[in-house]
Amino acid sequence: MKQLKVPAIYGIMAEFESSTDLVIATKAAYAAGYRKMDAYSPFPIEEASEALGFHKTRVPLIVLVGALLGGSGAYALQYWINVISFPLNIGGRPWHSWPAFIVPTFEMTVLFGGLAGVFGMFALNGLPMPHHPVFNDDRFGRVTRDRFFLCVEAADPKFDLVGTNEFMQSLRPLSISEVPH
Amino acid sequence: MREGPEEKTLLQDVPWPDEPPVMLPGETYGTVTDTIADAVLTRPIGLGWMTGLFIAGMFVMLLLVAVTYLFIRGVGIWGINIPVGWGFAIINFVWWIGIGHAGTLISAILLLLKQTWRNSINRFAEAMTLFAVACAGMFPLLHMGRPWLGYWLFPYPNSMGVWPQFRSPLVWDVFAVSTYATISAVFWYVGLVPDFATMREKATHAIPRKVYGLLAMGWRGSARHWKRYESLYILLAGLATPLVLSVHTVVSFDFAIAIVPGWHTTIFPPYFVAGAIYSGFAMVLVLAIPIRKFYHLESLITMRHLQNSAKVMLATGLIVGYGYFFETFIGMYSGSTYERFMLQNRWFGQYAPLYWALILCNILIPQVLWFPKVRRNITMLFLVSLDILVGMWLERFVIVVTSLSRDFLPSSWGHYTPTRWDWAVFTGTLGFFSLAMFLFIRIMPAISIFEMRQLLPESEVKTDEAA
Repeated sequence: MKQLKVPAIYGIMAEFESSTDLVIATKAAYAAGYRKMDAYSPFPIEEASEALGFHKTRVPLIVLVGALLGGSGAYALQYWINVISFPLNIGGRPWHSWPAFIVPTFEMTVLFGGLAGVFGMFALNGLPMPHHPVFNDDRFGRVTRDRFFLCVEAADPKFDLVGTNEFMQSLRPLSISEVPH
Repeated sequence: MREGPEEKTLLQDVPWPDEPPVMLPGETYGTVTDTIADAVLTRPIGLGWMTGLFIAGMFVMLLLVAVTYLFIRGVGIWGINIPVGWGFAIINFVWWIGIGHAGTLISAILLLLKQTWRNSINRFAEAMTLFAVACAGMFPLLHMGRPWLGYWLFPYPNSMGVWPQFRSPLVWDVFAVSTYATISAVFWYVGLVPDFATMREKATHAIPRKVYGLLAMGWRGSARHWKRYESLYILLAGLATPLVLSVHTVVSFDFAIAIVPGWHTTIFPPYFVAGAIYSGFAMVLVLAIPIRKFYHLESLITMRHLQNSAKVMLATGLIVGYGYFFETFIGMYSGSTYERFMLQNRWFGQYAPLYWALILCNILIPQVLWFPKVRRNITMLFLVSLDILVGMWLERFVIVVTSLSRDFLPSSWGHYTPTRWDWAVFTGTLGFFSLAMFLFIRIMPAISIFEMRQLLPESEVKTDEAA
């Protein structure tokens, strides 16, 4: 059974010792035409996402939309309450006493912007996802400590078990492994 | 994004000979991870920690007793009455929420200012913020008398057909404090996620592994994830910065919008914010000094952190001093009989000893921080910090009580003395705060591990090689 066909794997993973090695390898893989791949590191490396060709995130847009909705919603709510639904004469102030409404408007801008950003970031990242094929590699745990990984996925059109393996070897990693599903 | 190579070398190096480094040499990714994570995972539970937890726990019991009795009998068990209706509840609310402010300042404002030395103190300062806000939040709720109706503060459609009155600073407070608590909590959690992943991989027992694994949400350090993460983190900092300034501003509006002599001044917002940061940094030092000693974190929380905090205290303390000066000046200059009487009453009235104690604690004693010798002496720093915490508490007492007890009409003057139940609730929240800190230090990484890795010189990508 087993030898009949090439086992379906998730990808090929190479382990590196430093952030510089990871960025060099990622750039080389991108230059070789690989696109479905990801770099993994124990801390954020701006150059790594750049090397993957991942330049823009939608997080700022989500925060902006959340903030605008929160702020305008809070102002509208106060206007509706204090002018239309439940007008109260407080010290002779006008019903639409907008300076007083600024504080809750500001607070709700921050609250909704922040929460939209947090939920948006996790949603775009596809988290929570308790399991992922990269965790099948025993060495991968060190990505949360001191090692750097580059994984070229089998789903990439350029992927080919032998050729990609050879290419990854040429990047001079600490180790190479096939990641099962 | 957060620190380019230029800033990093600047921080790694010592700007001038006397200045201690941000991180002592000899640390690597592995040692940083182990030092911080092992304090939680492998360090045995010591007698000192158990004793501390026990004492804090006893005070939490006291809090529970005091709150239960308060629910049965009502706020009459406190010393408050007309004219002093605010008393301890508001003093402690303002004091606690001020303490929280340093945490947000460290985590958000110093992040935006690229002060990377913050990386080793931001995590527990954020925890401090959360617990301090939790303590602060209890007081207005308990002060309401019927805390089970606390949700009436929020605008929600109800069968009574009534809505909150949005021209009142007390309603602004509800929005400011609840937003502050929520944003502080998510900021803290987002910062913890990559470290929870580290804990997940390092934990050897099944249950901690599962729990940390759940909290880490499957974080795997992907470059795409990090990019969005960093983007969000900086945006949250950008949102939290005006937020933290707004919170104590709104708290000061509770006073400044009223016409009570001594409260109705425009100096209040900046002076409250400075005072908040002043007491907050004092609390940071009171926590950091024992934590770095008992958990052997001297190589990560260095003298640089303690000295910088001391300098921030000195600067904000001077702003607070300016606030006191201007309160006095305006009181004289206004020509208002009531304002001038308020000053006289502060200086020579029934609470005058507290006013002079506050000047001593907040203005005179902290001036020793001008001397580098004092800033390098850990014991002195600890004592000055405690002194500032006491001083800032006295400040709130003087503001709340002297003004209310002597307002416009002599016929309505009164005297306020806190009862034992006031003290029980206050010391109870001190116990709650300590209990939460004791548990935090044993359950979560007290220093941000991934941000410490970023401080190491080898984290830099050598761009010339990588090109």
